[in-house]
Amino acid sequence: MDLQIALILGQDGITNGSIYALLALALVLVFAVTRVIFIPQGEFVAYGALTLAMMENGNVPGTIWLLILAGIAVTVLDGIAALRAGQVRRLGAIAGINLIYPLALLGVLSALPLGDLALPLQVLATLLIVVPLGPMMYRLVYQPIAEAPVLILLIVSVAAHVAMVGLGLLFFGAEGYRTPPFSEARFEVGPMMITGQTIWVVLSSLVLIVALALFFGRTLYGKALRATAINRTGARLMGISPALAGKLTFFLAALIGVLSGVLISPITTIYYDTGFLIGLKGFVGAIIGGLASYPIAAAGALLVGVLEAFSSFWASAYKEVIVFTLIIPVLLWRSLKSHHLEEEE
Amino acid sequence: MSTATVNNVLEVRDLCVSYGKVEALHNANISVGEGQIVTVIGPNGAGKTTMLSAIMGVLGSRGQVNFDGSIEGVPEVERMVARGMNLVPEKRELFGEMSVEDNLVLGAFQRYRMGKRDHAQTMDEVYDIFPRLKERRTQLAGTLSGGERQMLAVGRALMAKPKLLMLDEPSLGLAPLIVREIFRIIAELRRRGVSILLVEQNARAALQVADYAYVLETGEVAMEGPAHKLADDPRVIEAYLGLGGKHQDKLAGH
Repeated sequence: MDLQIALILGQDGITNGSIYALLALALVLVFAVTRVIFIPQGEFVAYGALTLAMMENGNVPGTIWLLILAGIAVTVLDGIAALRAGQVRRLGAIAGINLIYPLALLGVLSALPLGDLALPLQVLATLLIVVPLGPMMYRLVYQPIAEAPVLILLIVSVAAHVAMVGLGLLFFGAEGYRTPPFSEARFEVGPMMITGQTIWVVLSSLVLIVALALFFGRTLYGKALRATAINRTGARLMGISPALAGKLTFFLAALIGVLSGVLISPITTIYYDTGFLIGLKGFVGAIIGGLASYPIAAAGALLVGVLEAFSSFWASAYKEVIVFTLIIPVLLWRSLKSHHLEEEE
Repeated sequence: MSTATVNNVLEVRDLCVSYGKVEALHNANISVGEGQIVTVIGPNGAGKTTMLSAIMGVLGSRGQVNFDGSIEGVPEVERMVARGMNLVPEKRELFGEMSVEDNLVLGAFQRYRMGKRDHAQTMDEVYDIFPRLKERRTQLAGTLSGGERQMLAVGRALMAKPKLLMLDEPSLGLAPLIVREIFRIIAELRRRGVSILLVEQNARAALQVADYAYVLETGEVAMEGPAHKLADDPRVIEAYLGLGGKHQDKLAGH
Protein backbone atom coordinates (compact mmCIF):
# COMPACT_ATOMS: atom_id res chain seq x y z
CA MET A 1 0.00 0.00 0.00
CA ASP A 2 1.36 3.37 -0.93
CA LEU A 3 0.40 6.83 0.23
CA GLN A 4 -2.04 7.30 -2.63
CA ILE A 5 -4.13 4.28 -1.64
CA ALA A 6 -3.91 5.15 2.02
CA LEU A 7 -5.28 8.61 1.27
CA ILE A 8 -8.16 7.21 -0.78
CA LEU A 9 -9.01 4.72 1.94
CA GLY A 10 -8.74 7.38 4.62
CA GLN A 11 -11.07 9.62 2.67
CA ASP A 12 -13.57 6.78 2.23
CA GLY A 13 -13.35 5.96 5.89
CA ILE A 14 -13.96 9.51 7.01
CA THR A 15 -16.90 9.91 4.61
CA ASN A 16 -18.63 6.77 5.87
CA GLY A 17 -17.45 7.46 9.38
CA SER A 18 -19.15 10.85 9.51
CA ILE A 19 -22.43 9.20 8.57
CA TYR A 20 -21.91 6.52 11.23
CA ALA A 21 -21.16 9.36 13.63
CA LEU A 22 -24.52 10.99 12.93
CA LEU A 23 -26.27 7.68 13.51
CA ALA A 24 -24.27 7.07 16.69
CA LEU A 25 -25.37 10.46 18.01
CA ALA A 26 -29.01 9.66 17.23
CA LEU A 27 -28.72 6.30 19.02
CA VAL A 28 -27.16 7.86 22.12
CA LEU A 29 -29.84 10.56 22.13
CA VAL A 30 -32.74 8.13 21.82
CA PHE A 31 -31.32 5.88 24.53
CA ALA A 32 -30.59 8.75 26.91
CA VAL A 33 -34.07 10.24 26.67
CA THR A 34 -36.30 7.18 26.23
CA ARG A 35 -34.06 4.20 27.22
CA VAL A 36 -34.91 2.66 23.82
CA ILE A 37 -32.09 0.98 21.91
CA PHE A 38 -33.26 2.19 18.55
CA ILE A 39 -32.49 -0.66 16.18
CA PRO A 40 -34.80 0.70 13.45
CA GLN A 41 -32.48 3.75 13.17
CA GLY A 42 -30.90 2.11 10.12
CA GLU A 43 -34.29 1.64 8.47
CA PHE A 44 -34.75 5.39 8.42
CA VAL A 45 -31.47 5.57 6.49
CA ALA A 46 -32.75 3.05 3.92
CA TYR A 47 -36.21 4.63 3.76
CA GLY A 48 -34.65 8.04 3.18
CA ALA A 49 -32.31 6.83 0.44
CA LEU A 50 -34.91 4.70 -1.33
CA THR A 51 -37.71 7.26 -1.10
CA LEU A 52 -35.36 9.70 -2.82
CA ALA A 53 -34.43 7.06 -5.41
CA MET A 54 -38.09 6.34 -6.20
CA MET A 55 -38.80 9.99 -6.70
CA GLU A 56 -35.84 10.26 -9.03
CA ASN A 57 -37.42 7.47 -11.09
CA GLY A 58 -40.61 9.51 -11.19
CA ASN A 59 -42.69 7.31 -8.86
CA VAL A 60 -44.73 8.35 -5.86
CA PRO A 61 -42.81 6.58 -3.07
CA GLY A 62 -44.63 3.87 -1.13
CA THR A 63 -43.54 5.40 2.18
CA ILE A 64 -46.30 8.00 1.78
CA TRP A 65 -48.86 5.21 2.27
CA LEU A 66 -47.15 4.17 5.47
CA LEU A 67 -47.30 7.80 6.60
CA ILE A 68 -51.04 7.93 5.89
CA LEU A 69 -51.74 4.62 7.66
CA ALA A 70 -49.63 5.53 10.70
CA GLY A 71 -51.32 8.94 10.71
CA ILE A 72 -54.77 7.36 10.83
CA ALA A 73 -53.73 5.11 13.72
CA VAL A 74 -52.28 8.05 15.68
CA THR A 75 -55.39 10.15 15.02
CA VAL A 76 -57.63 7.41 16.36
CA LEU A 77 -55.51 6.78 19.48
CA ASP A 78 -54.86 10.43 20.31
CA GLY A 79 -58.43 11.35 19.41
CA ILE A 80 -59.88 8.83 21.84
CA ALA A 81 -57.44 9.95 24.54
CA ALA A 82 -58.37 13.61 23.99
CA LEU A 83 -62.10 12.84 24.10
CA ARG A 84 -61.70 10.86 27.32
CA ALA A 85 -59.84 13.76 28.89
CA GLY A 86 -62.57 16.10 27.67
CA GLN A 87 -60.19 18.11 25.52
CA VAL A 88 -62.34 18.39 22.42
CA ARG A 89 -60.43 21.42 21.20
CA ARG A 90 -57.29 19.32 20.69
CA LEU A 91 -59.03 17.13 18.10
CA GLY A 92 -58.48 19.66 15.32
CA ALA A 93 -54.75 19.84 15.91
CA ILE A 94 -54.46 16.05 16.16
CA ALA A 95 -56.30 15.46 12.88
CA GLY A 96 -54.47 18.31 11.18
CA ILE A 97 -51.01 16.92 11.86
CA ASN A 98 -51.71 13.21 11.56
CA LEU A 99 -54.48 12.99 8.96
CA ILE A 100 -54.71 16.09 6.81
CA TYR A 101 -50.96 16.64 6.47
CA PRO A 102 -50.19 13.17 5.00
CA LEU A 103 -53.18 13.34 2.65
CA ALA A 104 -52.25 16.84 1.49
CA LEU A 105 -48.71 15.65 0.94
CA LEU A 106 -49.98 12.74 -1.15
CA GLY A 107 -52.05 15.17 -3.22
CA VAL A 108 -49.07 17.45 -3.85
CA LEU A 109 -46.75 14.55 -4.69
CA SER A 110 -49.21 13.00 -7.16
CA ALA A 111 -49.64 16.34 -8.89
CA LEU A 112 -45.93 17.10 -9.25
CA PRO A 113 -43.66 15.65 -11.95
CA LEU A 114 -41.44 14.06 -9.29
CA GLY A 115 -38.71 12.82 -11.61
CA ASP A 116 -38.09 16.26 -13.07
CA LEU A 117 -37.85 18.15 -9.78
CA ALA A 118 -34.53 19.66 -8.78
CA LEU A 119 -32.53 17.48 -6.36
CA PRO A 120 -32.93 19.83 -3.34
CA LEU A 121 -36.72 19.71 -3.78
CA GLN A 122 -36.66 15.92 -3.98
CA VAL A 123 -34.59 15.80 -0.81
CA LEU A 124 -37.06 18.15 0.88
CA ALA A 125 -39.99 15.95 -0.20
CA THR A 126 -38.14 12.89 1.15
CA LEU A 127 -37.73 14.60 4.51
CA LEU A 128 -41.40 15.65 4.54
CA ILE A 129 -42.52 12.06 3.95
CA VAL A 130 -40.18 9.99 6.09
CA VAL A 131 -39.27 12.18 9.09
CA PRO A 132 -42.83 12.39 10.55
CA LEU A 133 -42.77 8.58 10.70
CA GLY A 134 -40.33 8.96 13.62
CA PRO A 135 -42.67 10.66 16.11
CA MET A 136 -45.60 8.57 14.85
CA MET A 137 -43.58 5.45 15.51
CA TYR A 138 -42.88 6.64 19.05
CA ARG A 139 -46.59 7.27 19.60
CA LEU A 140 -47.70 3.90 18.25
CA VAL A 141 -44.91 1.58 19.32
CA TYR A 142 -43.09 2.98 22.34
CA GLN A 143 -45.40 5.40 24.14
CA PRO A 144 -47.79 2.69 25.38
CA ILE A 145 -44.85 0.82 26.98
CA ALA A 146 -42.72 3.82 27.92
CA GLU A 147 -42.31 2.63 31.51
CA ALA A 148 -41.29 -0.91 30.53
CA PRO A 149 -37.81 -2.28 31.33
CA VAL A 150 -34.99 -1.70 28.83
CA LEU A 151 -35.05 -5.34 27.74
CA ILE A 152 -38.70 -5.18 26.68
CA LEU A 153 -38.07 -1.92 24.83
CA LEU A 154 -35.17 -3.67 23.06
CA ILE A 155 -37.34 -6.62 22.05
CA VAL A 156 -39.98 -4.25 20.69
CA SER A 157 -37.22 -2.41 18.80
CA VAL A 158 -36.21 -5.67 17.13
CA ALA A 159 -39.84 -6.27 16.15
CA ALA A 160 -40.18 -2.74 14.77
CA HIS A 161 -36.96 -3.24 12.81
CA VAL A 162 -38.16 -6.50 11.25
CA ALA A 163 -41.52 -4.95 10.39
CA MET A 164 -39.88 -1.94 8.77
CA VAL A 165 -37.53 -4.12 6.69
CA GLY A 166 -40.54 -6.11 5.47
CA LEU A 167 -42.44 -2.96 4.59
CA GLY A 168 -39.31 -1.68 2.85
CA LEU A 169 -39.30 -4.74 0.61
CA LEU A 170 -42.97 -4.10 -0.15
CA PHE A 171 -42.44 -0.42 -0.96
CA PHE A 172 -39.15 -0.47 -2.81
CA GLY A 173 -38.76 -4.03 -4.12
CA ALA A 174 -35.67 -6.18 -3.83
CA GLU A 175 -33.62 -4.06 -6.21
CA GLY A 176 -30.90 -1.74 -5.01
CA TYR A 177 -30.69 1.91 -5.97
CA ARG A 178 -27.99 4.48 -6.12
CA THR A 179 -28.86 8.14 -6.47
CA PRO A 180 -26.71 10.57 -8.48
CA PRO A 181 -24.16 12.55 -6.45
CA PHE A 182 -24.95 16.05 -5.17
CA SER A 183 -21.86 17.33 -6.89
CA GLU A 184 -19.64 15.97 -9.67
CA ALA A 185 -16.81 18.27 -8.65
CA ARG A 186 -13.35 16.88 -7.95
CA PHE A 187 -10.57 18.68 -6.19
CA GLU A 188 -6.91 17.82 -6.31
CA VAL A 189 -5.17 18.50 -3.03
CA GLY A 190 -1.53 17.44 -3.29
CA PRO A 191 -1.54 13.73 -4.06
CA MET A 192 -5.14 13.38 -3.03
CA MET A 193 -8.32 13.53 -5.12
CA ILE A 194 -11.31 14.72 -3.11
CA THR A 195 -14.78 14.22 -4.58
CA GLY A 196 -17.56 16.73 -4.21
CA GLN A 197 -19.76 14.13 -2.53
CA THR A 198 -17.17 13.57 0.21
CA ILE A 199 -17.15 17.27 0.95
CA TRP A 200 -20.95 17.32 0.98
CA VAL A 201 -21.13 14.42 3.42
CA VAL A 202 -18.46 15.67 5.80
CA LEU A 203 -19.68 19.27 5.78
CA SER A 204 -23.35 18.32 6.20
CA SER A 205 -22.47 16.06 9.09
CA LEU A 206 -20.47 18.81 10.74
CA VAL A 207 -23.28 21.33 10.23
CA LEU A 208 -25.80 18.89 11.64
CA ILE A 209 -23.61 18.12 14.67
CA VAL A 210 -23.11 21.83 15.38
CA ALA A 211 -26.85 22.43 14.95
CA LEU A 212 -27.62 19.63 17.42
CA ALA A 213 -25.09 21.01 19.90
CA LEU A 214 -26.73 24.45 19.66
CA PHE A 215 -30.18 22.92 20.01
CA PHE A 216 -29.22 21.07 23.19
CA GLY A 217 -27.10 23.87 24.63
CA ARG A 218 -29.17 26.94 23.85
CA THR A 219 -32.87 26.19 23.31
CA LEU A 220 -35.36 25.41 26.04
CA TYR A 221 -36.70 22.36 24.18
CA GLY A 222 -33.17 21.01 23.81
CA LYS A 223 -32.55 21.56 27.51
CA ALA A 224 -35.85 19.86 28.26
CA LEU A 225 -34.67 16.74 26.41
CA ARG A 226 -31.38 16.78 28.33
CA ALA A 227 -33.30 17.24 31.56
CA THR A 228 -35.47 14.23 30.76
CA ALA A 229 -32.34 12.19 30.12
CA ILE A 230 -30.82 13.28 33.45
CA ASN A 231 -33.87 13.03 35.69
CA ARG A 232 -37.18 11.75 34.37
CA THR A 233 -39.20 12.47 37.52
CA GLY A 234 -37.76 15.96 37.84
CA ALA A 235 -38.60 16.68 34.21
CA ARG A 236 -42.19 15.48 34.63
CA LEU A 237 -42.63 17.78 37.61
CA MET A 238 -41.58 20.68 35.36
CA GLY A 239 -44.37 19.72 32.99
CA ILE A 240 -42.05 18.09 30.43
CA SER A 241 -44.11 15.03 29.57
CA PRO A 242 -42.26 11.85 28.62
CA ALA A 243 -44.50 11.58 25.55
CA LEU A 244 -43.47 15.01 24.29
CA ALA A 245 -39.79 14.29 24.96
CA GLY A 246 -40.11 10.92 23.22
CA LYS A 247 -41.77 12.32 20.12
CA LEU A 248 -39.25 15.15 19.87
CA THR A 249 -36.38 12.68 20.25
CA PHE A 250 -37.75 10.35 17.61
CA PHE A 251 -38.30 13.31 15.30
CA LEU A 252 -34.61 14.17 15.62
CA ALA A 253 -33.56 10.53 15.21
CA ALA A 254 -35.67 10.17 12.06
CA LEU A 255 -34.34 13.45 10.70
CA ILE A 256 -30.76 12.31 11.25
CA GLY A 257 -31.51 8.91 9.74
CA VAL A 258 -33.14 10.29 6.60
CA LEU A 259 -30.42 12.89 6.05
CA SER A 260 -27.79 10.17 6.45
CA GLY A 261 -29.62 8.06 3.90
CA VAL A 262 -29.82 10.91 1.43
CA LEU A 263 -26.10 11.62 1.92
CA ILE A 264 -24.94 8.01 1.66
CA SER A 265 -27.06 6.88 -1.29
CA PRO A 266 -24.77 8.39 -3.96
CA ILE A 267 -21.81 6.56 -2.35
CA THR A 268 -23.11 3.02 -2.04
CA THR A 269 -26.02 1.08 -3.46
CA ILE A 270 -28.83 0.90 -0.93
CA TYR A 271 -31.18 -2.07 -0.73
CA TYR A 272 -34.32 -2.32 1.39
CA ASP A 273 -32.33 -4.13 4.08
CA THR A 274 -29.03 -2.23 3.89
CA GLY A 275 -30.05 0.15 6.64
CA PHE A 276 -29.57 -2.39 9.40
CA LEU A 277 -25.87 -2.86 8.72
CA ILE A 278 -25.29 0.89 8.46
CA GLY A 279 -27.20 1.48 11.66
CA LEU A 280 -25.24 -1.30 13.38
CA LYS A 281 -21.96 0.46 12.61
CA GLY A 282 -23.36 3.62 14.15
CA PHE A 283 -24.33 1.42 17.09
CA VAL A 284 -20.73 0.23 17.51
CA GLY A 285 -19.76 3.90 17.73
CA ALA A 286 -22.51 4.54 20.27
CA ILE A 287 -21.31 1.58 22.35
CA ILE A 288 -17.75 2.95 22.30
CA GLY A 289 -19.29 6.06 23.85
CA GLY A 290 -21.06 3.86 26.40
CA LEU A 291 -24.46 4.96 25.01
CA ALA A 292 -23.86 8.10 27.05
CA SER A 293 -21.06 10.28 25.71
CA TYR A 294 -21.80 12.15 22.48
CA PRO A 295 -18.21 13.15 21.59
CA ILE A 296 -16.78 9.66 22.26
CA ALA A 297 -19.63 8.07 20.29
CA ALA A 298 -18.92 10.33 17.31
CA ALA A 299 -15.18 9.68 17.50
CA GLY A 300 -15.82 5.96 17.84
CA ALA A 301 -18.05 5.98 14.76
CA LEU A 302 -15.34 7.77 12.77
CA LEU A 303 -12.88 5.10 13.89
CA VAL A 304 -15.35 2.43 12.72
CA GLY A 305 -15.54 4.10 9.29
CA VAL A 306 -11.75 4.29 8.88
CA LEU A 307 -11.23 0.76 10.16
CA GLU A 308 -13.85 -0.49 7.72
CA ALA A 309 -12.18 1.27 4.78
CA PHE A 310 -8.74 -0.14 5.54
CA SER A 311 -9.95 -3.63 6.33
CA SER A 312 -11.87 -3.71 3.05
CA PHE A 313 -8.49 -3.19 1.33
CA TRP A 314 -6.48 -5.73 3.31
CA ALA A 315 -9.09 -8.38 4.01
CA SER A 316 -12.23 -7.45 2.20
CA ALA A 317 -13.92 -10.76 2.98
CA TYR A 318 -13.54 -10.06 6.70
CA LYS A 319 -14.44 -6.40 6.56
CA GLU A 320 -17.60 -6.62 8.66
CA VAL A 321 -16.05 -9.14 11.01
CA ILE A 322 -13.15 -6.84 11.79
CA VAL A 323 -15.45 -3.86 12.35
CA PHE A 324 -17.78 -5.69 14.69
CA THR A 325 -14.93 -7.41 16.52
CA LEU A 326 -13.78 -3.94 17.52
CA ILE A 327 -16.61 -3.93 20.02
CA ILE A 328 -15.03 -6.71 22.10
CA PRO A 329 -11.84 -4.91 23.22
CA VAL A 330 -13.91 -1.76 23.71
CA LEU A 331 -16.37 -3.54 26.00
CA LEU A 332 -13.50 -5.21 27.87
CA TRP A 333 -11.78 -1.88 28.36
CA ARG A 334 -14.99 -0.21 29.47
CA SER A 335 -15.88 -2.92 31.96
CA LEU A 336 -12.36 -2.83 33.44
CA LYS A 337 -12.37 0.93 33.66
CA SER A 338 -15.83 1.60 35.00
CA HIS A 339 -16.51 1.56 38.70
CA HIS A 340 -20.11 0.88 39.50
CA LEU A 341 -20.93 3.63 41.91
CA GLU A 342 -24.32 3.67 43.49
CA GLU A 343 -26.17 6.82 42.62
CA GLU A 344 -26.12 9.36 45.37
CA GLU A 345 -29.48 10.30 46.75
CA MET B 1 -60.41 28.36 59.20
CA SER B 2 -62.31 31.27 57.78
CA THR B 3 -63.45 29.48 54.64
CA ALA B 4 -66.15 32.10 54.20
CA THR B 5 -63.72 34.90 53.46
CA VAL B 6 -60.85 32.99 51.86
CA ASN B 7 -61.21 31.25 48.50
CA ASN B 8 -59.80 27.78 48.44
CA VAL B 9 -57.08 27.17 45.87
CA LEU B 10 -57.11 23.50 46.62
CA GLU B 11 -59.86 21.28 47.95
CA VAL B 12 -59.20 17.58 48.23
CA ARG B 13 -62.18 15.35 48.92
CA ASP B 14 -62.06 11.69 49.93
CA LEU B 15 -58.66 11.07 48.41
CA CYS B 16 -57.60 7.42 48.62
CA VAL B 17 -54.36 5.85 47.44
CA SER B 18 -53.51 2.18 47.54
CA TYR B 19 -50.25 0.38 46.91
CA GLY B 20 -51.67 -2.95 45.84
CA LYS B 21 -53.90 -4.07 48.70
CA VAL B 22 -52.38 -1.71 51.23
CA GLU B 23 -54.25 1.54 51.52
CA ALA B 24 -51.71 4.27 52.17
CA LEU B 25 -54.17 7.12 52.27
CA HIS B 26 -57.81 6.84 53.33
CA ASN B 27 -60.48 9.44 52.58
CA ALA B 28 -58.25 12.45 53.12
CA ASN B 29 -60.05 15.79 53.10
CA ILE B 30 -57.92 18.91 53.09
CA SER B 31 -58.10 22.38 51.68
CA VAL B 32 -55.69 25.23 51.14
CA GLY B 33 -56.94 28.81 51.12
CA GLU B 34 -55.55 31.46 48.83
CA GLY B 35 -52.37 33.04 50.19
CA GLN B 36 -52.23 30.60 53.09
CA ILE B 37 -49.61 28.22 54.35
CA VAL B 38 -51.22 24.93 55.26
CA THR B 39 -49.10 22.24 56.80
CA VAL B 40 -49.54 18.51 57.06
CA ILE B 41 -47.54 16.99 59.90
CA GLY B 42 -47.29 13.42 61.01
CA PRO B 43 -44.87 10.58 61.67
CA ASN B 44 -42.87 8.62 59.10
CA GLY B 45 -45.06 6.45 56.91
CA ALA B 46 -48.26 8.33 57.71
CA GLY B 47 -48.87 8.93 54.00
CA LYS B 48 -47.79 12.56 53.73
CA THR B 49 -45.62 12.15 50.63
CA THR B 50 -48.20 9.79 49.15
CA MET B 51 -50.84 12.47 49.53
CA LEU B 52 -48.78 15.13 47.75
CA SER B 53 -47.88 12.72 44.95
CA ALA B 54 -51.54 11.83 44.45
CA ILE B 55 -52.65 15.48 44.38
CA MET B 56 -49.94 16.20 41.80
CA GLY B 57 -50.87 13.18 39.70
CA VAL B 58 -47.56 11.36 40.09
CA LEU B 59 -49.52 8.54 41.77
CA GLY B 60 -52.90 7.16 40.77
CA SER B 61 -55.71 7.85 43.24
CA ARG B 62 -59.43 7.78 43.87
CA GLY B 63 -61.32 10.83 45.05
CA GLN B 64 -61.61 14.41 43.99
CA VAL B 65 -59.01 17.08 43.59
CA ASN B 66 -60.53 20.49 43.08
CA PHE B 67 -57.77 22.85 42.09
CA ASP B 68 -58.31 26.50 41.24
CA GLY B 69 -61.98 26.04 40.51
CA SER B 70 -62.01 22.92 38.38
CA ILE B 71 -62.19 19.29 39.38
CA GLU B 72 -59.80 16.55 38.38
CA GLY B 73 -60.78 12.94 38.91
CA VAL B 74 -57.31 11.58 38.45
CA PRO B 75 -54.89 14.47 38.03
CA GLU B 76 -52.21 14.30 35.34
CA VAL B 77 -48.84 15.84 36.19
CA GLU B 78 -48.33 17.92 33.07
CA ARG B 79 -51.84 19.35 33.24
CA MET B 80 -51.50 20.22 36.89
CA VAL B 81 -48.21 22.02 36.19
CA ALA B 82 -49.84 23.89 33.33
CA ARG B 83 -52.68 24.91 35.63
CA GLY B 84 -50.32 26.32 38.25
CA MET B 85 -49.58 23.56 40.73
CA ASN B 86 -46.01 22.74 41.56
CA LEU B 87 -44.40 20.10 43.74
CA VAL B 88 -40.94 20.27 45.27
CA PRO B 89 -40.38 16.59 46.04
CA GLU B 90 -38.54 15.23 49.02
CA LYS B 91 -35.63 14.09 46.84
CA ARG B 92 -35.43 17.48 45.06
CA GLU B 93 -35.04 15.73 41.66
CA LEU B 94 -32.67 18.36 40.31
CA PHE B 95 -30.91 18.10 36.97
CA GLY B 96 -27.50 17.43 38.49
CA GLU B 97 -25.39 17.67 35.35
CA MET B 98 -26.90 20.99 34.31
CA SER B 99 -26.09 24.47 35.56
CA VAL B 100 -28.14 26.21 38.23
CA GLU B 101 -29.41 28.64 35.62
CA ASP B 102 -30.50 25.87 33.24
CA ASN B 103 -32.33 24.16 36.10
CA LEU B 104 -34.20 27.39 36.79
CA VAL B 105 -35.03 28.02 33.13
CA LEU B 106 -36.51 24.54 32.87
CA GLY B 107 -38.82 25.40 35.73
CA ALA B 108 -40.49 27.79 33.31
CA PHE B 109 -40.81 25.14 30.57
CA GLN B 110 -44.58 24.74 30.79
CA ARG B 111 -45.13 28.50 30.76
CA TYR B 112 -42.75 28.87 27.81
CA ARG B 113 -44.68 26.16 25.97
CA MET B 114 -47.92 28.02 26.50
CA GLY B 115 -46.36 31.11 24.95
CA LYS B 116 -45.53 33.01 28.13
CA ARG B 117 -41.91 33.99 27.52
CA ASP B 118 -41.24 36.04 30.64
CA HIS B 119 -38.74 33.67 32.26
CA ALA B 120 -35.90 36.24 32.34
CA GLN B 121 -37.97 38.46 34.60
CA THR B 122 -39.15 35.57 36.78
CA MET B 123 -35.53 34.50 37.16
CA ASP B 124 -34.60 37.92 38.49
CA GLU B 125 -37.36 37.56 41.09
CA VAL B 126 -36.08 34.13 42.08
CA TYR B 127 -32.52 35.45 42.36
CA ASP B 128 -33.96 38.22 44.50
CA ILE B 129 -35.31 35.63 46.95
CA PHE B 130 -32.23 33.40 46.70
CA PRO B 131 -29.17 35.62 46.13
CA ARG B 132 -27.05 32.52 46.75
CA LEU B 133 -28.34 30.91 43.57
CA LYS B 134 -27.30 33.94 41.57
CA GLU B 135 -23.74 33.58 42.88
CA ARG B 136 -23.75 29.93 41.81
CA ARG B 137 -25.65 30.26 38.56
CA THR B 138 -22.99 28.74 36.31
CA GLN B 139 -22.20 25.92 38.72
CA LEU B 140 -23.59 22.43 38.10
CA ALA B 141 -26.58 21.64 40.31
CA GLY B 142 -24.94 18.38 41.42
CA THR B 143 -22.09 20.29 43.07
CA LEU B 144 -24.29 22.39 45.36
CA SER B 145 -24.57 21.90 49.11
CA GLY B 146 -27.73 20.46 50.64
CA GLY B 147 -29.22 23.83 51.55
CA GLU B 148 -28.42 25.28 48.16
CA ARG B 149 -30.03 22.29 46.47
CA GLN B 150 -33.21 22.85 48.43
CA MET B 151 -33.12 26.53 47.47
CA LEU B 152 -32.65 25.56 43.83
CA ALA B 153 -35.53 23.08 43.99
CA VAL B 154 -37.83 25.75 45.43
CA GLY B 155 -36.51 28.38 43.01
CA ARG B 156 -37.05 26.07 40.08
CA ALA B 157 -40.64 25.48 41.15
CA LEU B 158 -41.18 29.23 41.55
CA MET B 159 -40.08 29.75 37.94
CA ALA B 160 -43.45 28.28 36.95
CA LYS B 161 -45.17 31.09 38.91
CA PRO B 162 -47.33 28.54 40.73
CA LYS B 163 -50.67 29.34 42.33
CA LEU B 164 -50.03 26.51 44.73
CA LEU B 165 -46.59 25.37 45.81
CA MET B 166 -46.36 22.00 47.52
CA LEU B 167 -43.21 21.41 49.56
CA ASP B 168 -42.34 17.90 50.69
CA GLU B 169 -40.04 17.93 53.72
CA PRO B 170 -38.05 21.01 52.73
CA SER B 171 -36.00 20.82 55.93
CA LEU B 172 -34.99 17.17 55.47
CA GLY B 173 -31.28 16.62 56.00
CA LEU B 174 -30.42 20.27 56.47
CA ALA B 175 -28.45 21.91 59.25
CA PRO B 176 -30.58 23.83 61.83
CA LEU B 177 -29.45 27.26 60.62
CA ILE B 178 -30.35 26.41 57.04
CA VAL B 179 -33.72 25.04 58.18
CA ARG B 180 -34.43 28.38 59.79
CA GLU B 181 -33.48 30.10 56.55
CA ILE B 182 -35.76 27.83 54.52
CA PHE B 183 -38.72 28.55 56.81
CA ARG B 184 -37.99 32.26 56.64
CA ILE B 185 -38.23 31.96 52.86
CA ILE B 186 -41.49 30.00 53.08
CA ALA B 187 -43.01 32.84 55.10
CA GLU B 188 -41.60 35.31 52.58
CA LEU B 189 -43.29 33.42 49.73
CA ARG B 190 -46.66 33.75 51.44
CA ARG B 191 -46.04 37.50 51.69
CA ARG B 192 -45.61 37.43 47.90
CA GLY B 193 -48.98 35.76 47.50
CA VAL B 194 -48.06 32.11 46.88
CA SER B 195 -50.32 29.55 48.55
CA ILE B 196 -48.31 26.76 50.11
CA LEU B 197 -49.03 23.21 51.16
CA LEU B 198 -46.19 22.16 53.41
CA VAL B 199 -45.48 18.61 54.48
CA GLU B 200 -43.09 18.40 57.39
CA GLN B 201 -41.71 16.16 60.07
CA ASN B 202 -40.27 19.19 61.81
CA ALA B 203 -43.66 19.91 63.37
CA ARG B 204 -42.48 22.72 65.60
CA ALA B 205 -41.17 24.85 62.74
CA ALA B 206 -44.07 23.95 60.46
CA LEU B 207 -46.74 24.90 63.01
CA GLN B 208 -44.94 28.15 63.70
CA VAL B 209 -45.04 29.29 60.09
CA ALA B 210 -48.41 27.82 59.00
CA ASP B 211 -51.92 29.25 59.18
CA TYR B 212 -53.74 25.95 59.31
CA ALA B 213 -52.59 22.43 60.02
CA TYR B 214 -53.58 18.82 59.57
CA VAL B 215 -52.17 15.87 61.47
CA LEU B 216 -51.94 12.75 59.35
CA GLU B 217 -51.63 9.38 61.09
CA THR B 218 -51.61 5.99 59.39
CA GLY B 219 -53.17 7.33 56.24
CA GLU B 220 -55.97 9.31 57.84
CA VAL B 221 -56.43 12.89 58.95
CA ALA B 222 -56.43 12.56 62.74
CA MET B 223 -56.69 16.22 63.71
CA GLU B 224 -56.97 19.60 62.09
CA GLY B 225 -57.23 23.19 63.12
CA PRO B 226 -55.55 26.57 63.04
CA ALA B 227 -51.82 26.04 63.41
CA HIS B 228 -51.37 28.01 66.64
CA LYS B 229 -54.22 26.08 68.29
CA LEU B 230 -52.76 22.73 67.27
CA ALA B 231 -49.39 23.84 68.58
CA ASP B 232 -51.03 24.21 72.01
CA ASP B 233 -53.06 21.01 71.79
CA PRO B 234 -51.81 18.56 74.45
CA ARG B 235 -52.13 15.57 72.11
CA VAL B 236 -49.99 17.25 69.47
CA ILE B 237 -47.51 18.43 72.07
CA GLU B 238 -47.13 14.94 73.40
CA ALA B 239 -46.83 13.20 70.06
CA TYR B 240 -44.89 15.71 67.97
CA LEU B 241 -43.55 18.53 70.06
CA GLY B 242 -43.19 16.87 73.44
CA LEU B 243 -39.68 15.53 73.23
CA GLY B 244 -38.16 18.83 72.23
CA GLY B 245 -40.23 20.58 74.90
CA LYS B 246 -39.05 18.31 77.69
CA HIS B 247 -35.54 18.58 76.43
CA GLN B 248 -35.72 22.33 76.60
CA ASP B 249 -37.28 22.18 80.04
CA LYS B 250 -34.37 20.09 81.22
CA LEU B 251 -31.93 22.52 79.71
CA ALA B 252 -33.67 25.33 81.52
CA GLY B 253 -33.18 23.40 84.76
CA HIS B 254 -36.80 22.71 85.72
